[in-house]
Amino acid sequence: MFLAQGHCAALALKSRVPMPAISFQSVSKTYPSARGGGAQPLKALDDVSFDIEEGEFFGLLGPNGAGKTTLISILAGLSRASSGRVLVRGCDVQADYAQARRQLGVVPQELVFDPFFNVREALRIQSGYFGVKNNQAWIDELLESLGLADKADANMRQLSGGMKRRVLVAQALVHKPPVIVLDEPTAGVDVELRQTLWQFVAQLNREGHTVLLTTHYLEEAEALCGRIAMLKKGRMVALAATSDLLKAASSNVLRFKLGNDQLPPHLQARARVTGRIVQFPAHDAAEIEHYLAEVRQAGLKVEDVEIRKADLEDVFLDVMGAESEVQA
Amino acid sequence: MTGWQTLLYKEVLRFWKVSFQTVAAPVLTAVLYLMIFGHVLEDHVKVYDQVSYTAFLVPGLVMMSVLQNAFANSSSSLIQSKIMGNLVFLLLTPLSHWSWFVAYVGSSIARGLAVGTGVFVVTAWFAHLSFVAPLWILVFAILGAAMLGALGLIAGLWAEKFDQLAAFQNFIIMPMTFLSGVFYSIHSLPAFWQQLSHFNPFFYMIDGFRYGFFGQSDVSPWMSLAVVATALLTVSAVALHMLRTGYKIRN
Repeated sequence: MFLAQGHCAALALKSRVPMPAISFQSVSKTYPSARGGGAQPLKALDDVSFDIEEGEFFGLLGPNGAGKTTLISILAGLSRASSGRVLVRGCDVQADYAQARRQLGVVPQELVFDPFFNVREALRIQSGYFGVKNNQAWIDELLESLGLADKADANMRQLSGGMKRRVLVAQALVHKPPVIVLDEPTAGVDVELRQTLWQFVAQLNREGHTVLLTTHYLEEAEALCGRIAMLKKGRMVALAATSDLLKAASSNVLRFKLGNDQLPPHLQARARVTGRIVQFPAHDAAEIEHYLAEVRQAGLKVEDVEIRKADLEDVFLDVMGAESEVQA
Repeated sequence: MTGWQTLLYKEVLRFWKVSFQTVAAPVLTAVLYLMIFGHVLEDHVKVYDQVSYTAFLVPGLVMMSVLQNAFANSSSSLIQSKIMGNLVFLLLTPLSHWSWFVAYVGSSIARGLAVGTGVFVVTAWFAHLSFVAPLWILVFAILGAAMLGALGLIAGLWAEKFDQLAAFQNFIIMPMTFLSGVFYSIHSLPAFWQQLSHFNPFFYMIDGFRYGFFGQSDVSPWMSLAVVATALLTVSAVALHMLRTGYKIRN
């Protein structure tokens, strides 16, 4: 697939210095007052710095309100940083906005559409904004790959939520951007579309596109992302290869189903409870035995006991402070 | 097509797809004005010698429709895109503030002229019109539509809700167009209101436009041209500044 070569990127090639696909440099964002109307200024991002290299599949995780969307908005030029700067393949998103935006394909989080147009018109128009001429073949390929071919002439209003989401992805890719940003692309999307979408994005990544993904589905991030950054209250609290994050985590989890009993308070504090499923992070066999003994002592009836490897969700909860941030 | 041409094309397509509402409806409104005011006032009001009241009214109604629809085009397109959230598609593009400006104002001119032509074609049947200086007609129609298109851009960027935009339209645009001499010559007004009318740029647009038809006007067309051009430049500078700084759209 064709990768657009911008002016700043061309400069980078000349200088022979490897240039990150995206570079966040001390990015801070302060809103004058909290959006709820309070008088306190709200610090949405606090000195966030990291680079995403060419060809990476990168995950940006954090609970609601951590600043993920603010960071992506600044990257995409939808918002301005209070301080710091962001470069896309060497192009400053403010000073060199046209070049930076040519290299970015952003799938917005909100399910937005223009009701005046059909799918093909929407794609042709978006293509035209970027000055891409004779783009029909690529538009057809996008429609085909995203399962939209039979909807090409349907008005945007007539499409289901999942179909609208596919069009958003197609619109983001219509100018063949080398860097793709997906902000919660699978929120509220059915399993089939998630599979189609991930196959497609993974293929783009294999062909050399850099992908930045934010998602609430941590199993997706674990399966897809080579490296992960975690944000909490506007600060970066983790940045590592996914495999390293998993290695560093408490290595095992004791998981069982509880009958109709309640977990005693001192155990509740250390457990992750989802309905009847109880999970304890455990480092070794002694710790597992200890938990089982406590459960037996409390006279609880348990079933489906298993010990599994820690996954990204466990790491995430570890980093975020398990007690308050159950929602990913 | 280049970026700005695509946006211009999209904005024209947007109103053309609903032309029954955006073109036909305002033409009908203008015809109703003409029939009612023409019927009531034809034998009572005489503004210029050799020009019937209905003939006097036609250019005023045409220009009023041009101005109101030029404003409605850019302002409603922007507020709809903001509220629907699809403005993001445009915000993500490399289009410069000049591209936005040219496309939004250009499409407003297109809609203004489309409605103006429609009103003219229908109302011209009701009166005997002359065309003393057609170039003036075209110049004032285009400059007036451009200024209202740019004003619509400002209103559309500023407004966060439909009722804020409606307030702008009802409390600024409507009074200024109605009090600009569409239905009367300002010479028929009391001295104070005559003076005040001279501060209304809409008066010069309509007066200059009407000069193109009858070769008669309240002030010199050159004077009108100077005022309208200055107003257009001022409003454009404000609109361009708002677009360049991302006022209310790139928070």
